[in-house]
Amino acid sequence: MTKAAGVVLDVVDLTKTYRSGERPLTVLDGVRFSIQGGDTCAIVGPSGSGKTTLLGLCAGLDAPTEGSVTLCSHDLGSLTEDERATVRNKHVGFVFQSFRLIPTLTALENVMVPAELQGRNDVREEAATLLTEVGLGDRMNHFPSQLSGGEQQRVALARAFINKPDILFADEPTGNLDAETGSHIVDLLFTLNKVAGTTLVLVTHDLDLANMTDRIIRLHGGRVVSDSASTGQAADRMGLGSVQPDTLDEA
Amino acid sequence: MEGWVWRFARRDTRGNRGRLALFVSSMVLGVAALVSINSFGDNLRAAIDEEAKTLLGADLSLESGAPFNDRVEAIVDSLGGIQSRRTSFASMAYFPRTESSRLVTVRGNEPGFPFYGAVETDPPEAAQTYLKTGGALIDGTLMQQFDIAIGDSMRIGSVTYRVEGRLLQTPRESAAVMLFSPRVYVPLSRLDASLLSAGSRADYEVYFKFEDTRDADAAIDPLRDELREYRVGADTVKEERENWDEALTNLYRFLGLVGFTALLLGSLGVASAVSVYVRQRVHTIALLRCYGASTASTVWVYVLQTGVMGLFGAGVGSAVGIGIQTLIPRILADFLPVDVAFSISWPAVFMGSGIGLGVTLLFALLPLLSLREVSPLSALRSGIGSTSHKRGLAWWLTVGLIGLGTTGFAVVQAPTLTMGLAYAGGILVVFLLLAATARILVLVMLRRPPQQVSYTIKQGIANLHRPNNQTLTMMLALGLGTFLVTTMLVSERTLVSQVSLAGSGERPNLIFYDIQPDQVAPVRATIEGEGLAVMDAVPIVTMRIHSVKGHTVASMREDSTMRTTWAHRREYRSTFRGSLTDSETVVEGAFTGSYDGVGPIPISMEAEVARELDVAVGDPVVWDIQGIELPSVVTSIREVDWRRMQTNFFAVFPEGSLDRAPAWYVMMTRVDSEEASARVQRSVVRAQPNVSSIDLALVLEVFDAIFSRIAFVARFMALFSILTGLVVLAGAVLISRFQRIEESVLLKTLGASRRTVVRIMSVEYLVLGIVASLTGIVLALGAGWLISYFVFEADMVVPGGSILLIMGSVLVLTLGIGHVNSRGVYDRSALDVLRSEV
Ligand SMILES: Nc1ncnc2c1ncn2[C@@H]1O[C@H](COP(=O)(O)OP(=O)(O)OP(=O)(O)O)[C@@H](O)[C@H]1O
Ligand SMILES: [Mg+2]
Repeated sequence: MTKAAGVVLDVVDLTKTYRSGERPLTVLDGVRFSIQGGDTCAIVGPSGSGKTTLLGLCAGLDAPTEGSVTLCSHDLGSLTEDERATVRNKHVGFVFQSFRLIPTLTALENVMVPAELQGRNDVREEAATLLTEVGLGDRMNHFPSQLSGGEQQRVALARAFINKPDILFADEPTGNLDAETGSHIVDLLFTLNKVAGTTLVLVTHDLDLANMTDRIIRLHGGRVVSDSASTGQAADRMGLGSVQPDTLDEA
Repeated sequence: MEGWVWRFARRDTRGNRGRLALFVSSMVLGVAALVSINSFGDNLRAAIDEEAKTLLGADLSLESGAPFNDRVEAIVDSLGGIQSRRTSFASMAYFPRTESSRLVTVRGNEPGFPFYGAVETDPPEAAQTYLKTGGALIDGTLMQQFDIAIGDSMRIGSVTYRVEGRLLQTPRESAAVMLFSPRVYVPLSRLDASLLSAGSRADYEVYFKFEDTRDADAAIDPLRDELREYRVGADTVKEERENWDEALTNLYRFLGLVGFTALLLGSLGVASAVSVYVRQRVHTIALLRCYGASTASTVWVYVLQTGVMGLFGAGVGSAVGIGIQTLIPRILADFLPVDVAFSISWPAVFMGSGIGLGVTLLFALLPLLSLREVSPLSALRSGIGSTSHKRGLAWWLTVGLIGLGTTGFAVVQAPTLTMGLAYAGGILVVFLLLAATARILVLVMLRRPPQQVSYTIKQGIANLHRPNNQTLTMMLALGLGTFLVTTMLVSERTLVSQVSLAGSGERPNLIFYDIQPDQVAPVRATIEGEGLAVMDAVPIVTMRIHSVKGHTVASMREDSTMRTTWAHRREYRSTFRGSLTDSETVVEGAFTGSYDGVGPIPISMEAEVARELDVAVGDPVVWDIQGIELPSVVTSIREVDWRRMQTNFFAVFPEGSLDRAPAWYVMMTRVDSEEASARVQRSVVRAQPNVSSIDLALVLEVFDAIFSRIAFVARFMALFSILTGLVVLAGAVLISRFQRIEESVLLKTLGASRRTVVRIMSVEYLVLGIVASLTGIVLALGAGWLISYFVFEADMVVPGGSILLIMGSVLVLTLGIGHVNSRGVYDRSALDVLRSEV
């Protein structure tokens, strides 16, 4: 199954300024890009460069200071908080660095949450299938505290896909995992992308992971310093290959 | 509300149900208080309705302070039915065997009354036989006090009776009232008529029993106006029921109000627990929002959880309340005129649990509303999620609803509007001041933490303002508890000291009254013969007001535009003398001490009664003394210190103005021992049987007995709040335990010893205990002062030692709790903590 082609995410002149301290802090400054349906894309950059902030804005979790985000043909800026929530529910999946499973729900129930939020009551089978796909068929009734970190992240992945989202946002999905477990999660991510045609937007410090995507957007100090889409994929692949590891530092 | 909300709300409570149950346990006693008292109140009303006829013992009664005149006798005749008369008055009873005497209420009865219900006696048949044999029935307290046995003789006036039985239950009399003047029942035909001489007080009653078909109200209503003119009161079953209903409703409503305090405190406890609970669920809520849950539905999830737990708490509270309800008749036994059968009043249960649930939910809504501010962004960012403290419209609306609801409930529940408003205001002030103190404590410790102190003290103090601290809740629970206990203590001591003050020093403590003018000299001689000094001999003339400023009281009562009060209607016992006493001060005009027989008599009125009568210096007042009109003019207004145990008067006439009016005298003396008192009373009653006496020691004793019963009820009601305070305290401590465990494991990992961890907690609780108990005590002293000033009109007594003891107990309690709380905290393994924190 392939999701609708065309632009899934369109970001125009996005600026985010925090006013918490003495003087305003501009975290994102005129960021602009758009992503086609079915693409995979990595957002990279040093710590504090604004990656998480950008991801939050793209998913409509926060409101920008300036600029606009169009997600699956919805102009997020013109929607209310609850309307944005509905858009997310229909079109968006999430994977977080710290998993964010609900501690009081079993693995299976955690996976069912987004579907149940849509008012669907018949998703137990579907959720079980997804859990089996991520290799947790025999751990469905365990609570998060009874699962290892990698297992928890796989549950989170299954959850991210239950509503067959058009786009999946992942903030350092492997950041808390060892290399081997991490690569397992990554495999799963890309497989699900291929099978369901879901657009993937990853934030990562992991070079290898970034290299697996179709496109890499590099942030620095809140600005896009390079975007492989504008220079051509192959060229960027090469370009990225030449980037010194220390600019993608783990700070 | 979407379907998933229910499902999710249920699932999300997993592993937390115990904790949630603990949160709502603080509302249990509040609900129990409301349910038990209101259910009991319904039982009481049912009992009064059912036994209305036994309350009066008849279908109709007529009563007057003087023998019926011919016209009234004609009315009594015309009313027909079966009649039974009774004459009651206070007199001295003398028991020859033990040579003791005491003031009693003598009731001369005829056969027949009570027509409904019964006089219960021991032995049972005595209730009937005494009327035939001419014996007497006497109160149990009297038998006990003087060690009187059945068969002993008793003299009242010049008539001697054989004591035939002990009075148990009688119509129209409740135990508390009878404490002051024990009952003695004798046949009407055997009363010593000489005791009923003019001037001394007696009650003349006639009771009627009609055929079932006759309506007593319809029979008496057309006659009421005429009877009133002759100062004859009529009472029917309906009125009697209404009177009792009103008095008892006021009583149990007032108790309900006291119980409401427990509910308010409990609700605050629930709210504070809920606030911590939801703060720990911020990440869950953020995740739901990420996946598209609407703001409202996430709030609903937790409203539902709280609601269901609240329902559970209300259920348990109702059950506990029904259990407590069985105790209340025993606690109020001395104040009840009827036996109250136990039954569960479902309206009361629903009302109590409904109000409990409503109040709790409203309070819980305050923290729940802040869930709307949880940003889905929190799911992306790690660290402790925090809810903002933005107070939007909904928050203020909720606060407004709580305020309105509390005031509304208080006003509806309280016997009077003023009392309801005062209660709501008082509660608000106490809660606000306690909360403000907690806030100030936190701010001071945050801004200016003590510098030159050890690490443990610094940490302990920091615990007071760390996130999710329970400072406010513990402050409220501890402070309110201390406040209640101290306020009761101060009020009790003040009241008791007032009474004992009255008997101290060289003041008179034995009073003789009903002395006829010709008995003044012999009584004085008898008293002086016992080696005692007559400190005062005061003439008293009984009178009523005929007219004020030209308007007769009768015409004023008919005119709806004029206000008449108790002051217009009452019977005045006035005196005449040449000067003021030391308990009086003239505040207006000048006191006139003599009268030359020309013009209206210059009189002095007491300030309060002058206000009620709306008279000032220069206003004319015409008095009615046994049908003779006596014009007077107010020439001075006096303030009177009523607390003095001496004769005080509303109206004081000048010397020479009441020479021809029928007067009786009061004489006072001071005795230094019980024996001396008994001896002189005995001598006087032997020589002058109609003269009554009362010993201050006895008054104090009776007062003490009544007071201790009232205090017992008050303590019982306060117990709800104090226990709730303890539950809230325990809840708050358990909540902070969850935080403290994490911290102390961290400290332990970093190398802190067990001692350090325990000390940090002790410092925290010690500071809390000191500040909370001090605040509670200061507030209690304020409240105690207000009560002393406005209610007792006395100087407040501050029992310093006891207050220190209270404070010490609060400190021991908090430290004890802190100690229990710290146990096990240190022993938790770091791994455990890491695992449970997902
Ligand atoms: N609520 C806020 N108020 C003020 N500053 C903020 C806030 N949230 C984020 N920032 C700042 O914005 C900048 C970007 O933060 P962001 O989390 O997007 O960085 P990042 O690229 O995700 O970094 P990392 O790789 O370390 O996760 C940081 O300097 C951060 O301190
Ligand atoms: Mg980040």
